[in-house]
Amino acid sequence: MTPPRLQAQGLAFSYTPDSPQVLDPLDLDLQPGSFVGLLGPNGSGKSTLLKLLAGVLRPVQGRVHLGGEDMSRIPRGRLASTLAFVPQDVQVWLPFTCREVVAMGRYVHRSGLGLLDSGHDEVVRRCMADTGVADLAERRITEVSGGEAQRVRIAQALAQEAGILVLDEPTSHLDISFQVEVMDLLSRLNRTRGLTILAALHDLNLASLYCDRLIALRQGHVLRDGPPAEVLEPTLLQDLFGVQVEVQSGPGRRPRIFLVPTEDRKA
Amino acid sequence: MRRASLAVRLTLACTGGVALLTVAALVGMLVGSVPITPGDLWLAWSDPDRLDPATATILLDLRLPRVLLGILVGASLALAGSGFQGILRNPLAGPYIVGTSAGAALGASLAIVLHLPSPLPWLSPVPALAFLGALGAMMAVYRLARIGNTLPVETFLLAGVVVGSFAGAMVSFLMTLAHEDLPRVVFWLMGSLGQADASRVALVAPYLLIGGVALYLLSPALNLASMGDEAAWSLGVDVERLKIRVILAGSLVTAAAVSASGLIGFLGLLVPHLTRMLVGPDHRVLMPASALGGAAFLVLADTVARTVGAPQEIPVGVVTAMVGAPFFFWLLHHRKGLS
Repeated sequence: MTPPRLQAQGLAFSYTPDSPQVLDPLDLDLQPGSFVGLLGPNGSGKSTLLKLLAGVLRPVQGRVHLGGEDMSRIPRGRLASTLAFVPQDVQVWLPFTCREVVAMGRYVHRSGLGLLDSGHDEVVRRCMADTGVADLAERRITEVSGGEAQRVRIAQALAQEAGILVLDEPTSHLDISFQVEVMDLLSRLNRTRGLTILAALHDLNLASLYCDRLIALRQGHVLRDGPPAEVLEPTLLQDLFGVQVEVQSGPGRRPRIFLVPTEDRKA
Repeated sequence: MRRASLAVRLTLACTGGVALLTVAALVGMLVGSVPITPGDLWLAWSDPDRLDPATATILLDLRLPRVLLGILVGASLALAGSGFQGILRNPLAGPYIVGTSAGAALGASLAIVLHLPSPLPWLSPVPALAFLGALGAMMAVYRLARIGNTLPVETFLLAGVVVGSFAGAMVSFLMTLAHEDLPRVVFWLMGSLGQADASRVALVAPYLLIGGVALYLLSPALNLASMGDEAAWSLGVDVERLKIRVILAGSLVTAAAVSASGLIGFLGLLVPHLTRMLVGPDHRVLMPASALGGAAFLVLADTVARTVGAPQEIPVGVVTAMVGAPFFFWLLHHRKGLS
């Protein structure tokens, strides 16, 4: 089943009425089945944009449409079975086991009031296997490492069986092997199950390797939007992050980015 | 080790809880300044007419209402504590965090010091005004904390402190005017089941029933709330609505309990933690288990309160705090944290 199209028109947001706007009126159109990376420096509005698109925040102006329907009118339950969101740095304060945390992803699919819910074991097991956390099933979420907790959270989002996956820096706590593993998993879900994936990413090379579209965000507006080869070029990255990089063209028109050391810049 | 299935854990927790409560209730009926034999208790159940009238009075008019009120109040405070800790994600939250206790104290002090008549015909002045005070404080906290359609946790806690401090200051002021009524105010503030009668049992029972069922029904969503507002929201829980429901249910239950018994400290903070250690964090098991545990704990504490210094009675709030505080410290120290 193809996920619905996620669109935003004239999206603007500020956290309080008198604080400056985090987002300029911003338009966005996510095609079903695309794998989109959101780039930008800290404070550029990436997280805010993701929360607006996930329905966690409500826009001050503008609308988010999911399959042509105004998102603010979609009931919580139906929204959560269509779109799953993995926020940054989730802290669980109670010692639930990792299995229980993943099973919480099944809340939207609960039977009855969910008071005696079981029978989601198969889905929960599959999602844990997909994210490489099957061994952690009986460990407490409060006692696993940051990287493990991150993968448990992704497993939980997968358990929602939603067609759209929105992730805020999903690789931030992970070492390079798990970064690749998570990106491989997202890519596999995107190719084999047709999931739409939108992720804020800090690692430009990962973004280049995996995404088929990149959106560069600066101070709440879109600086550039296009395939990796069009977005990841030295002048734009210099402009976006204020650092000098070298870009080589890699296979499949996926650029590779190298940081130019400060010493060389002076020379 | 694999955590047992939900049905198994729920059955075990409830069986254990009911067994514990049964023992506590039997102790509460048999132990006291006048010892009662199990034979008398059996007779009171099977053939009350053959019972010695003095024993019948002690059992049926004094101890039975106290045990019943202890069960209801203990269950109420433990349930409200579990709900508030869950929704506020704060291990130090207890049933009194919403200011209901201070509101009830103000109501009770007004009734005692100014000798006000009862505005509720079915209740005597002290519980009636305490109940209205608790409801008033709860509404004040809610109105202060609500911003638009949201109820931010920090604002809520702050509003609870503000309303609580104000009502507390009013109570202190009334105490300076109290003269010969002062001991009654002090005794009320320390909590006691000594005034237990049918009207107080009837005051607490419906709120516990409604609030308890509501909190139990909300328990699957409360589990998700432990992930934080954003995560819970994206998992399909309307977090703001959940907060309001939990706070409303918990406050009503607390308001009724404190009105009937005064301020019984520590129970609502301690019992949820203790129960969580035994049954795990899942609110679907935690809610019924901590209600049963809270009930048993209060019945036993009240038995101690009216027995150790007989005929002088110690306020039960003193007993719960004297047992609770060191135990809580031990818990903190040995578990290096409360979760």
